[in-house]
Amino acid sequence: MAVRAQFENSNEVGVFSLLTNSYAIVAVGGSENFYSVFESELQDVIPVCHATIAGTRIVGRLTVGNRKGLLVPTTTTDQELQHLRNTLPDEVKIQRIEERLSALGNVICCNDHVAIVHPDLERETEEIIADVLGVEVFRQTVADNVLTGSYMALSNQGGVVHPKTSIRDQDELSSLLQVPLVAGSVNRGSPVVGAGMVVNDWLAITGLDTTATELSVIESVFRLGEMGPGGSGAGAGAVNKDSIVESFY
Amino acid sequence: MSMDLDAPVYMQQQEQIAATILCCNCGAPIDGTTSAGALCSDCIRLTVDVSQGIQREATLHTCKDCERWLQPPTSWVVAAPESKELLALCLRKLRGLSKVRIIDASFIWTEPHSRRIKMKITIQQEAFQGTIIQQTFEVEYVVASQQCPDCQKSYTHNSWRAAVQIRQKVPHKRTFLYLEQVILKHGAHKDTVNIKEAKDGLDFYFAQRNHADKMVEFLQSVTPCKSKKSQELISMDIHTSTKSYKFTYSVELIPICKDDLVALPLKLARSLGNIAPLTLCHRVGTAVNLMDPCTLQTTDVPTGVYWRQPFRTLADVTELKEFIVMDIEPTGLSNGRYLMSECTVARASDLGSNDITYFTRTHLGGILHVGDSVLGYHLTGTNFNNEHFEEIERSNQYGSTIPDVVLVKKHYVRSKKSKNRSWRLKRMAKEYEDEALAGGNVPTSKRQEQEQNRMEQDYEMFLRDVEEDQELRHTLDLYKVRQQQAQPDQMEVQMAENDDVDEEAETVPKINMDELLDDFDDMNMDDNE
Repeated sequence: MAVRAQFENSNEVGVFSLLTNSYAIVAVGGSENFYSVFESELQDVIPVCHATIAGTRIVGRLTVGNRKGLLVPTTTTDQELQHLRNTLPDEVKIQRIEERLSALGNVICCNDHVAIVHPDLERETEEIIADVLGVEVFRQTVADNVLTGSYMALSNQGGVVHPKTSIRDQDELSSLLQVPLVAGSVNRGSPVVGAGMVVNDWLAITGLDTTATELSVIESVFRLGEMGPGGSGAGAGAVNKDSIVESFY
Repeated sequence: MSMDLDAPVYMQQQEQIAATILCCNCGAPIDGTTSAGALCSDCIRLTVDVSQGIQREATLHTCKDCERWLQPPTSWVVAAPESKELLALCLRKLRGLSKVRIIDASFIWTEPHSRRIKMKITIQQEAFQGTIIQQTFEVEYVVASQQCPDCQKSYTHNSWRAAVQIRQKVPHKRTFLYLEQVILKHGAHKDTVNIKEAKDGLDFYFAQRNHADKMVEFLQSVTPCKSKKSQELISMDIHTSTKSYKFTYSVELIPICKDDLVALPLKLARSLGNIAPLTLCHRVGTAVNLMDPCTLQTTDVPTGVYWRQPFRTLADVTELKEFIVMDIEPTGLSNGRYLMSECTVARASDLGSNDITYFTRTHLGGILHVGDSVLGYHLTGTNFNNEHFEEIERSNQYGSTIPDVVLVKKHYVRSKKSKNRSWRLKRMAKEYEDEALAGGNVPTSKRQEQEQNRMEQDYEMFLRDVEEDQELRHTLDLYKVRQQQAQPDQMEVQMAENDDVDEEAETVPKINMDELLDDFDDMNMDDNE
């Protein structure tokens, strides 16, 4: 299922939130509208955490995570880190990493199995990503952009890349990721698909400007219609099922 | 207002690439690598307006009287309807047009009385990165009328701030005819509001004081004159003590012209290189150049020196008499182009009645030959009422040196009115101060007729001077007479005059065609004359 939302008049929902299969992080806003959208979709399924990172609200761009773990930048305060540890499920490993490219959400794009990262990322960071998130790490670009996290939205079912990505690049990326990829846009033609939406295996939240065409592309590539936390997900992977069953019983 | 939208211009690649994305607006499959903003060309066409922020209506100001257009902020330009200049003016009027690239602009015809000008403009603008959109739209201008400052001035009387009054107290107008040409050549009259002809001179009116200053300085650089400034308080604001004045410059030219006979005061003659006091003015520049025809000694009377001790001319060109050269013998003395000769002459009017001849020395030895006709002052037969001349007569030193005749210039026999000049001069448009002088084509009173005749005479004399004096000619602009269509009656007149013309042809000096200028402006002004 795909939902449109807006964070304080901004369509870039991926900037202010992070969505994984086991938890969601939402920035602290002036009102609870944005939080309510997450809450209404994810209540009782996965925890939705109100958080700030280094005192800022751009939590989606500063952090990166998947079902298994969460990476936060070095600027994150101890208090914030403690709050995240308290709120998120115990299985989720949280790690603070010292990385020059501190907007981790912009430079890293991952699902539960693979991560596509900025080519200039430190080797140490790469190792931490592999350890904490439990993924295979590839240094790649998306349509000649190094900010893979910004220009790519990825789940275990599929992915959307920058609209200018050529077929050849899409093929190359999808062979690395082992999921179907499609070029597309969000928010009425915006190419920053990573920042314009958040997605996990059964839910996508996009900016309010996203057109019906864009939404239909997103729903089909992430196979959101067939999947759901409680639906009879025909093609749902075992990995996914764990969390669903857990929350249902 | 209707808006034409042209197809966006893509930087299209030759090979067709398969569609990779769906248009975010309509869902049409398009090639994402070349499309702009994930939009298909139809959606771009519909959604993007590059002419946004460009005015669609504007106002042009035109002056009804001179039909010029206001080019902001202050200049007024001449532009014909639907001309390039007007197009430029119109485009400059539109705000926001500088940010886009103009591909084409043209006028759409409108009825002139509608006071509307319509223009079709095609522009190009980059809509997204790598996508240029071309769009055509119409702009309507309202033509508003506004009187330009020049016309305002011309409709307001007495709007002058400064006037220059030039006067020369001589009975003829030759100096002013010459001055007119010099002023025309240098364009010194450009700033004048009005030019009036007054008794003994000309009045120039200016809108600003420094224009008048400029004029006075120009006059001082070409003529021997003295100037005096006077000002009249028009109004004063006692609070800010701003005052407005009217300035009048009185410029008086030395009343000595070329070819005038001058009797210098003895004392002055002594101080001017001890020249013989009876002299001939041979040139007038910024000083008066005098020459003793008997010795070829020359001297200059600077303006300052003259006005400290003014003197009048003894005789002017109207008193010239015609003489015939009976015998001429060069003495070998020369000064510049002048060659001293001893000469025997007889009055042309005496020929056939008596045998009186006069012996004199002349500076015209270079151009005079036996049998030539020459103009000169006849001193023996004349009573001068001049104190300086009487002083000369009384003096021991100079009393006996007064010649009988002073020859001035060679006389050329011409037909009464040589209409067949191949050159002409430009004239300035003047107003006449005196109603009596303002006669149009048909003189109404006898006085007007006389005045007009005298003017014509003076002008003819001036034209002859120009023909005869090369030095004078160099300071003027001469124009070619335009080839007129030979009308039948004119032809007859020419035939009748042909005999005279042939006789003249050899003797009368002609101006070389190379010296003449082609007249380009006021092409159609004189054609119907």
